[in-house]
Amino acid sequence: MTLIHKSAAELAALIASGEVSAVEVSRAHLDRIAEVDEQVGAFLHVAEDAALAQARAVDARRAAGEELGPLAGVPIAHKDVFATTDMPTTCGSKILEGWRPPYDATVTRRLREAGLVILGKTNMDEFAMGSSTENSAFGPSRNPWDLSRVPGGSSGGSSAAVAAFEAPLSTGTDTGGSIRQPAAVTGLVGMKPTYGGSSRYGVVAFASSLDTPGPFARNVLDAALLHAVFSGHDPRDSTSIDAPVPPVVEAARQASVEGLRVGVVNEFSGEGYQPGVLARFHEACALLEEFGAKVVEVSCPSFRYAMPAYYLIAPSECSSNLARFDAMRFGLRVGDDGTRSAEEVMALTRAAGFGPEVKRRIMIGTYALSSGYYDAYYGQAQKVRTLITRDFTAAFEQVDVLISPTTPTTAFPIGERADDPMAMYLADLCTIPANLAGNAAISVPCGLADEDGMPVGLQIMAPVLGDDRCYRVGAALEAAYRDRWGGSLLEKAPAF
Amino acid sequence: MTVETLTSYDQALTRYEPVLGMETHVELGTASKMFCGCPTTFGAPPNTQVCPVCLGLPGSLPVANAMAIESTIRIGLALNCSIASWCRFARKNYFYPDMPKNYQISQYDEPLCSDGYLDVEVGGETIRIEIERVHLEEDTGKSTHMGGAGRIQGADYSLVDYNRAGIPLVEIVTKPITGTGALVPEVARAYATELREVMRSLGVSDVRMEEGSMRCDVNLSLMPRGSSTWGTRTETKNVNSLRSVERAVRSEVERQAGVLDAGGRIVQETRHFHEETGTTTPGRSKEEAQDYRYFPEPDLLPIAPDPAWIEELRATLPELPSTRRRRLQAEWSLSDLDMAAMHNIGAIPLVEQTVAAGAPAADARKWWMGELARRANESGVALSDLAITPGQVARVGALVAEGALNDKLARQVIEGVLAGEGDPDAVVAARGLKIVSDEGALSAIVDQVIAENADAAEKVRNGKVAAAGALVGAVMKASRGQADAGRARALILEKLGAS
Repeated sequence: MTLIHKSAAELAALIASGEVSAVEVSRAHLDRIAEVDEQVGAFLHVAEDAALAQARAVDARRAAGEELGPLAGVPIAHKDVFATTDMPTTCGSKILEGWRPPYDATVTRRLREAGLVILGKTNMDEFAMGSSTENSAFGPSRNPWDLSRVPGGSSGGSSAAVAAFEAPLSTGTDTGGSIRQPAAVTGLVGMKPTYGGSSRYGVVAFASSLDTPGPFARNVLDAALLHAVFSGHDPRDSTSIDAPVPPVVEAARQASVEGLRVGVVNEFSGEGYQPGVLARFHEACALLEEFGAKVVEVSCPSFRYAMPAYYLIAPSECSSNLARFDAMRFGLRVGDDGTRSAEEVMALTRAAGFGPEVKRRIMIGTYALSSGYYDAYYGQAQKVRTLITRDFTAAFEQVDVLISPTTPTTAFPIGERADDPMAMYLADLCTIPANLAGNAAISVPCGLADEDGMPVGLQIMAPVLGDDRCYRVGAALEAAYRDRWGGSLLEKAPAF
Repeated sequence: MTVETLTSYDQALTRYEPVLGMETHVELGTASKMFCGCPTTFGAPPNTQVCPVCLGLPGSLPVANAMAIESTIRIGLALNCSIASWCRFARKNYFYPDMPKNYQISQYDEPLCSDGYLDVEVGGETIRIEIERVHLEEDTGKSTHMGGAGRIQGADYSLVDYNRAGIPLVEIVTKPITGTGALVPEVARAYATELREVMRSLGVSDVRMEEGSMRCDVNLSLMPRGSSTWGTRTETKNVNSLRSVERAVRSEVERQAGVLDAGGRIVQETRHFHEETGTTTPGRSKEEAQDYRYFPEPDLLPIAPDPAWIEELRATLPELPSTRRRRLQAEWSLSDLDMAAMHNIGAIPLVEQTVAAGAPAADARKWWMGELARRANESGVALSDLAITPGQVARVGALVAEGALNDKLARQVIEGVLAGEGDPDAVVAARGLKIVSDEGALSAIVDQVIAENADAAEKVRNGKVAAAGALVGAVMKASRGQADAGRARALILEKLGAS
């Protein structure tokens, strides 16, 4: 097995023991990027020099006898939504092309402090708005399982990079499913921590009350290790929870569902769901029962209103968050020829710098917040949000976790939904409720759909600060699948 | 541009009843900004007190300044407001280059403090100004428009200083103030004055209007007498002194009355006050109400102050200016009118400090309200800006009480102190100002004066005691004012056998 096929935990152990150097590990991944990324398109920026410098620093610390963290020297692909002082931060948008922040995001800083090696910045739907990376101003990323298909989104560059073995780990942000959905359609583990469990400081905001940074990995333990490294209270983010990080690594090692009560969300099934997705989902339910879980059906009636509520709340917040892109202090500036007013330069810049989906959401949000419409749209959506939270609370009185398919379908072909926003939005149907309520939720692979041979994801939702439950159930399923598949699902992936 | 005919102020008031509203912004004197750790020092070079948060860089997040919240609650308590048990910040969305995020973090329908009042005194009467709300927000950056008239329209280019962006700002909004009639300018000024003193007593702001740390917006409308429907209001900004508050109100009354008298209608707009002319000119029209699309700020947690903490803040409020004035008035045994006169020219704290430095209250008041008020008035400066300290005034008073100076000499000492010649004792020494109490020296002067004024002396000898006045005057003149007039008179009468 080559270095790029090893897990993050294995690589960290090899580096810590001195069997391989961090530089060798980074070199192997940089070579892999050079080899395949032209086809995959996972990265917007590859930071070879910075990565090797960081790897050398880790090797030096090891040589000096310093104790290294659990992921020291392990390479990581970093979503381009996180501020990085030494690399551009573009959010997949022309309006931020080439922008270098003067500060690091808290997640970035914690990765560096833990000795992770940032290989570069990954592609994404512009400002994290989308489910396919087709909304990136710099072109789409491709699904390593089938290059004609999307890798999901918005964190599609991050899913593609890990699925294509360009990095063992990556970061993402999940606002309506932007980690779980790409993880599901590329056969990865992708976790959305409890809202406030990971810091948003330095994450270019899409929807402030929903955005949550989280990890991608090829297995549950790696995801948990990364989760533990960058999450936890941050005084720079007022919405960050001042509580200990749930014991996610221990849970990922526990891998048992004996006696656990598992609720199947009734509402996420039936019409619009791909048969192959439902088949794998039902198998997973059966597996959980076989391993000692008590699986019951649970109804969450308000979940059906989650998507419309989300498409009012998220655009409303984004219409305000994206107002700062005005050509005055950073980023693109269009039309500043000395004759135009500041207002005209702002308008020209925003017209030229934002893509169509971003403009659509700014328009929807501006409308929803307007006086006379606020109560009917934004206000009503917030009420739905409360109802969804209540559904979760009621459900978690009966069960320990809720499960559903992560996405109604497997990865769709590039271009198929690009002109149909509603069809695109449906990709997040099952993931949105956890964002609206702030719950923890994970997607783990549960096999391939019979129709197209593409990966299917299972979503496990847990209460606020119950992140460890996601890992515990995910790890149990992963162990079961490993027996069944004779290894990781990704070993079934095509040449990539 | 239409030429507006003014109606004289008195005429206007016979036909219209003014309705006043005051919106006052006070920059809090916290060490750091509202949502980041940047310093708030006034006058630093442009854009040197900035960071990703107050520049609104992508990804940055606000963290609320606990001291600013505490100060706002203390202001609310001093203004007799209810303090919200739970409230949120809100985003006020609009585009302007000096606003880094293109939204201002403010408060909307959930202000931290509401429904209070402030009593002010005008012409010896107490008027209660109802306070609608007190809320906390962040300041914007400061634009300087280069070329043109210094306004954004017509400027060649504009410079923005973000040092001010994010400084905590408290907005205090009154309810409409009605029934003031012709006193409306004085009421507006008295309110601003009293509010400024409350802020000073709380120590929450340096409230310097000329530096913009206290800014008053004057809302004014006129309602025809006998009508119950309010007129359209204007909002006058750029009112940078207490005197300007009064002038701006007066000017708007005259202007609006002129428009209405000519059959015109008042445009709902922002107007700018001009110090030089004492008039206002139109700014941004508010006819098409701007939609700020307020919504609760998702980056910040709600504020939920502990009731016990609020009570602790209430219990530790300092003595407020009106209470203090009532106490001092009783201590000094002054009439309402005397006290009001002192209040109007800002003499109360000076008198108080002079008393603290050892002067009797009557003396302290006499100097500040007499000689010093006259000099301040002559040189067009505020009483508190005179180059003399309460301690120095107390010393002058003490020298008079000791008999070392008379009033005339004391005035010369004050003149010397104001001219920068040093402390009263130094001025006395340098100018040789001391009452001649040496009997021998005085006796010699008296003898000389009697010799030089034989006619007058003769009259006194013959019993016309009134003629002694001329001789006393001559003694004072000869002694350059340093003789004790009473003592000189006694000596003259004695020497002329008329005593």
